[in-house]
Amino acid sequence: MNAIIITAVWGIVMMFGGVFFKQKSKPKYWAITGLILAIIANVCELIKQHPFIDVNIKDMLSFNSFNLTFITVVLLCTLLLFLLNGRDIEKVGNNVSEYFALIFFVLCGVTIVATFNTLLTLFLGIEILSIPLYILTGSDKRNLKSNEAALKYFLMGAFSTGILLMGIAFLYGGSAGTPSFYISNINIGEGKMPVMIAIGLVLLLIAMLFKVSAAPFHFWAPDVYDGAPTVFTSFMATIVKAAGFIAFIRLFEYSFGNAQQQWQMLIAVVTAATLLIGNLSAVFQQSVKRMLAYSSIAQAGFMLLAIFALNEFAKEGIILYTAAYSLATIGLFAILIKMNDYTIDGFNGLAKQQPLLAFTATVFLLSLTGIPLTAGFQAKLYMLIAAVKDGHQNWLVIFAVLCAAISAYYYFKVIQAIYFKENNSTVNQDWDVTPAFKILLVITATLIIVLGIFPTIITDWLHY
Amino acid sequence: MDQNISVTFPHVLIFFPLLAGLITFLFKKDAAVKSWALFSSIITLIVSLLSLYYANNKTLSGLDFNYEWLKHIGASFSVSLDGMGRILTLLTAISFPIIFVATYKNQYKNAPLFYGLLLLTQAGLMGVFVATDALIFYFFWELAIIPVYFLCSRWGGEKRIQATFKFFIYTFTGSLLMLVGIIYMYLHTTAIHDKAGLLISEHSFSMSYFYAVTLSAPEQNWLFWLFFIAFAVKMPVFPFHTWQPDTYEQSPSAVTMVLSGVMVKMGLLGVIRWLLPMFPLAVAKFDTIVIILSVTGIVYASLLAIRQDDLKRLVAYSSIAHIGLMCATIFTTKQIGLEGVMIQMFNHGINIIGLWIVIELIEKQLGVRKISQLGGVAHKAPTLTIMLVVIAFANIALPLTNAFVGEFMMFSGLFQFSICFAVVALVSIILAAVYTLNMVQKVFYGPSNSLTATMKEISVNEQIALSIVVVAIFLTGIYPQPLFDLTKDTVAEIITRFK
Repeated sequence: MNAIIITAVWGIVMMFGGVFFKQKSKPKYWAITGLILAIIANVCELIKQHPFIDVNIKDMLSFNSFNLTFITVVLLCTLLLFLLNGRDIEKVGNNVSEYFALIFFVLCGVTIVATFNTLLTLFLGIEILSIPLYILTGSDKRNLKSNEAALKYFLMGAFSTGILLMGIAFLYGGSAGTPSFYISNINIGEGKMPVMIAIGLVLLLIAMLFKVSAAPFHFWAPDVYDGAPTVFTSFMATIVKAAGFIAFIRLFEYSFGNAQQQWQMLIAVVTAATLLIGNLSAVFQQSVKRMLAYSSIAQAGFMLLAIFALNEFAKEGIILYTAAYSLATIGLFAILIKMNDYTIDGFNGLAKQQPLLAFTATVFLLSLTGIPLTAGFQAKLYMLIAAVKDGHQNWLVIFAVLCAAISAYYYFKVIQAIYFKENNSTVNQDWDVTPAFKILLVITATLIIVLGIFPTIITDWLHY
Repeated sequence: MDQNISVTFPHVLIFFPLLAGLITFLFKKDAAVKSWALFSSIITLIVSLLSLYYANNKTLSGLDFNYEWLKHIGASFSVSLDGMGRILTLLTAISFPIIFVATYKNQYKNAPLFYGLLLLTQAGLMGVFVATDALIFYFFWELAIIPVYFLCSRWGGEKRIQATFKFFIYTFTGSLLMLVGIIYMYLHTTAIHDKAGLLISEHSFSMSYFYAVTLSAPEQNWLFWLFFIAFAVKMPVFPFHTWQPDTYEQSPSAVTMVLSGVMVKMGLLGVIRWLLPMFPLAVAKFDTIVIILSVTGIVYASLLAIRQDDLKRLVAYSSIAHIGLMCATIFTTKQIGLEGVMIQMFNHGINIIGLWIVIELIEKQLGVRKISQLGGVAHKAPTLTIMLVVIAFANIALPLTNAFVGEFMMFSGLFQFSICFAVVALVSIILAAVYTLNMVQKVFYGPSNSLTATMKEISVNEQIALSIVVVAIFLTGIYPQPLFDLTKDTVAEIITRFK
């Protein structure tokens, strides 16, 4: 509860603050302050299991250690993004304060999506989260690609919202007893599903798959991620996507958990398709930004294993995955933003020019590949354990690891460029990197390695 | 739950090279780095020798150690030294000083990075050889590859990047498949309880728990292949070997020595320690297939070795043949064969490192390694020639050399299993004689040409390295008993499982 209130209020503060901030660099500090406040408040709630202010929310939202841990991870990752790329947000345009305000609204949506208890709050959360994102995607106003991405995102997003609403309507109308929006009341049994419920389930599934950019509803993702200003791509591809997964898990666990047998095959096929399309497309990309967009689809495929399995390992794993994937991707994007050339060749000889950046980028890439000793390995391990434990579709697990092997191909291509290729370009890159930026990157890389050895740092909170 | 926090041999063997490697990165001067790397590898060797001495002294506890690492999922940092572990850690510990001495005069760009990564590789290898927890095993299994990947891609030959990448993708795919197998086994283990009977974790990654799992035959069948592919790529066994000649050819010599001398043993150890005890039914079912693959590999690689003009590729193919023989023998699960494999794992490492040192010497001095361009080196470098001839005899497994005892026992094991396979595999001895002696004759004897006329005698450090190899060849060739005594327990363990 604390996090929802603070992010919403701070969003408004940032929005109106735009009138008063004279210097362009001011809003950043205000945003960081607000975020730190939100984190502290949220951690307090996690420890005490009680919010500062008691609001009667009629049980429309529920807070437990799982949700709150997830929100903490997400807020910390956003803080990292602000600290690493605060100055790059300033460079996007003139309305710096508004960008921060919008990000706070997105965070508010994320917290609602992570804690919803009724389908209506889910819908509200998704809208609160999506609308600011449409604006952020198009915030580079003079760039045609950014405009196109925003329009595309908006149209597709509006469609998926419509489908989501229709699914909610079917579930509401089709329920056997008194109609209710509460997800625990919808809880359908193991028996044969009524047609209305089945249609509702499929529609909700489509809407959620769209939000997490899973195949075959992934087509918007590469263009939107490529077109949006890179700072916001970094935000969208990590934090927002993870929020989608949390909502997905919550919805399917509480509403459709008992009927898992009936929809599991569907998810298995979608997971396999997402893994295959994401990984194969990423192999052929020349631009690192676009490669990361496809890799985010591939990683979404791995995260879908959690929804496929829906057990304890899956729930612990998805939080670990969120942390591991977000840290590595935010770090990688932060380095990418500093480069002039977004192609893989642009990374040539990075090790000579910026040894520290090169090293941290390598750690991030190894983590995304899932090499032991990095957080990415632990995250993948949890996902695989969850999927094998489920025990029904072992082919999917083997398929998933083969796709992970494909992913090694494109991640290591960047490592090759960094370390083993010479920089032939005549353009001299001016490196706009401060010592603080470097220190933060090192801290991020260290965090990834520490999480790779002791994932319990995060997972222990779930049993709190 | 007693957390016995004491430092034991396996720990020192892992963490000392690790620490030494990390310290190496801090060095600035190339000369100091070399001495430091050599010094630290000698200390590792001393620790390894001490662990041998205490092998028979059962009263000294502290060879096993268990640290609750990820308690809630049942993974612990457990390492231990059994007979096979001792012999392979000893091989790792001996090889690195030899390699450092032999390449002492080489100038590597960015030397601190080079030696640091090599020492990290050593730590990873040690970890694989002593791990008794599946997750730890997997950790080290992967971590041993990463430094090698960077070493080969950075300091290797012309086509290094592609060759190393192929190697990496092959092994990574294999190990991911193994990971699925490990997870499947893990989920079938029983729960761990502490002394008070409280549940610690529902499953365990511990090796003893893995051994206790009983699986149905169909489960064993597909798990067998998941594990086997990972190990087969690493060994490598035909048809998973295609990365190997390219990688050996393109890697810098020091790394090739590590790869072929020590790293291939990871695959053999994996089969002996993990595959055989866990899936006895599947092994009984598929043993013929694996042996056919191995024997095919032996003949195929030997024939290819005869046709090679490049010295490095010749030794690479010869190595495939030798490893194939070991793999075939392991799957016969006969006592005499396994005893042979144990000592042959050690001897093969020593011999092949010796061969690489000689090739490295020739290439460094003359700049070529094509057999057709060489000849008559013996006139110019008699000491080198004597050393090489000894190593070459060991490669053909002549009596009195170390490989003779091992290969003799392996063929006995194979013979007990099937006369047919033994006969085909025996052909490889003849073929080995053909390609090895052919190489010796063409490179070292015959008329010298304008190029080889410039050959000089080898320097002191190379003499030292080669002398150690030659002494080791004769020592274990004449008196191999200590090695048998050392590995008795591992062999006995496997034999009891297959009775």
